[in-house]
Amino acid sequence: MAGLAEKVTSLSNEEILRYSRHLIMPEVGMEGQLKLKQARVLCIGAGGLGSPLALYLGAAGVGILGIVDFDVVDFTNLQRQVIHGTSDVGRKKLDSAADTLREINPNIEIRKFETRLTSANALELFREFDIIIDGTDNFPTRYLVNDACVLTGKPNVYGSIFRFEGQASVFATKEGPCYRCLYPEPPPPGLVPSCAEGGVLGILPGLVGVIQATETIKLILGSGEPLIGRLLLVDALSMRFRELKLRKNPDCLVCGTHPTVTELIDYNQFCGIRGEESAPPTSMTDITVEELKKRLDRGDDLFVLDVREPHEYQICNIGGYLIPLNDLPKRVSELDSSREIVVHCKMGGRSAKAADFLRQSGFTKVHNLTGGINAWAERVDPKVPKY
Amino acid sequence: MRILVPTPLRQYAGKQSAIDVQAATVGEALHALTSSYPDLRKHLYSDEGKLRAFVNLYLNDEDIRYLQQDRTAVKEGDTLSIVPSIAGGSR
Repeated sequence: MAGLAEKVTSLSNEEILRYSRHLIMPEVGMEGQLKLKQARVLCIGAGGLGSPLALYLGAAGVGILGIVDFDVVDFTNLQRQVIHGTSDVGRKKLDSAADTLREINPNIEIRKFETRLTSANALELFREFDIIIDGTDNFPTRYLVNDACVLTGKPNVYGSIFRFEGQASVFATKEGPCYRCLYPEPPPPGLVPSCAEGGVLGILPGLVGVIQATETIKLILGSGEPLIGRLLLVDALSMRFRELKLRKNPDCLVCGTHPTVTELIDYNQFCGIRGEESAPPTSMTDITVEELKKRLDRGDDLFVLDVREPHEYQICNIGGYLIPLNDLPKRVSELDSSREIVVHCKMGGRSAKAADFLRQSGFTKVHNLTGGINAWAERVDPKVPKY
Repeated sequence: MRILVPTPLRQYAGKQSAIDVQAATVGEALHALTSSYPDLRKHLYSDEGKLRAFVNLYLNDEDIRYLQQDRTAVKEGDTLSIVPSIAGGSR
């Protein structure tokens, strides 16, 4: 932020009116508003967290707002990704977000980066910005953002959510801890459910994203007490905010006294992910929705096992026998191993685990329905809703 | 003392968000917890019995790594928070 102060020296009359409620407040004032105008902030992701935080940063007058995203707006995004509207479904998130931001504040410059953040492009991308905001949805990218922030010396404004619980902090400042000080290693794949699997209360990314926007603005202004060395935990159901102490770990592999991570690594490998994340393995024992339909229609004796949760069964079902994945070990005796079993869930991830478990338990005729009930809804029975 | 269970792990702890246990140290508290809810064990510990690197434990607001780890003494009224890493945010 410093060093650029010469570039912008004044606001237009339109801007003075627009930012009036900032300008009359001594904590921001003309000096602070000019700092905001000179600031260059990069948001990684224009999804759940990126939507609300970009809206507020744009409205606040952050001069250059970069957004990295390669996704397309989907109907299931609209419940929380408030920067996109119904008519944006099918458009690039970048274009949709940029249009909304320009409508809110035409004075800001929006830089669009239609790419997946990778070890090959992160350092180059970060170079043009002062502050990086992590609004991603997966562990490899979170470790990548953190390490690239440490290596380039840029603060990492962190937020993360699951169902109705969120975390926020500011990592990788000179004096403060980084994400790896908090969590040296990611969980192995499969042990922690994703938002697509676990769900998320729509307001939660709003709450956490606006906390990230607040921290970003404080860093730009250089005022207040930033969330450095503190982890804020938000529980929206009990509406409790708790704060934990974070320390810079002297043994941290990236920001410690003797770092061993001095350049970006392969983060998919680091997180134990081979190839595309969450792509379910396919094998001879998989069955497609078309094949299942054909076999059911001709009266084959198939036992359809649904391993989703009861509340998902209420949304839609294809008449399968319901045993949630986590209950399967203690309820396995309810199943007849002599019958041919087709296991399904929403998209095929949990049912693959269930099928593996059944095979290990001695079941020999188990098929995993690839694509789950969503594929059934899309390709076999449009009356079944997708979710 | 009270152990706070985070959302992702509640399904392995009888859907509870807080569990009261009797214990003199952090280690004893965790032992009491995993004895009552054995399904939690593999989410907290590796196969070698080490606390997993993506699960942090805080006694009140302090990371037990910077106290005396498992041997940290606890008293009535203390809160032990289990804080695993979560990654959600975009999709």
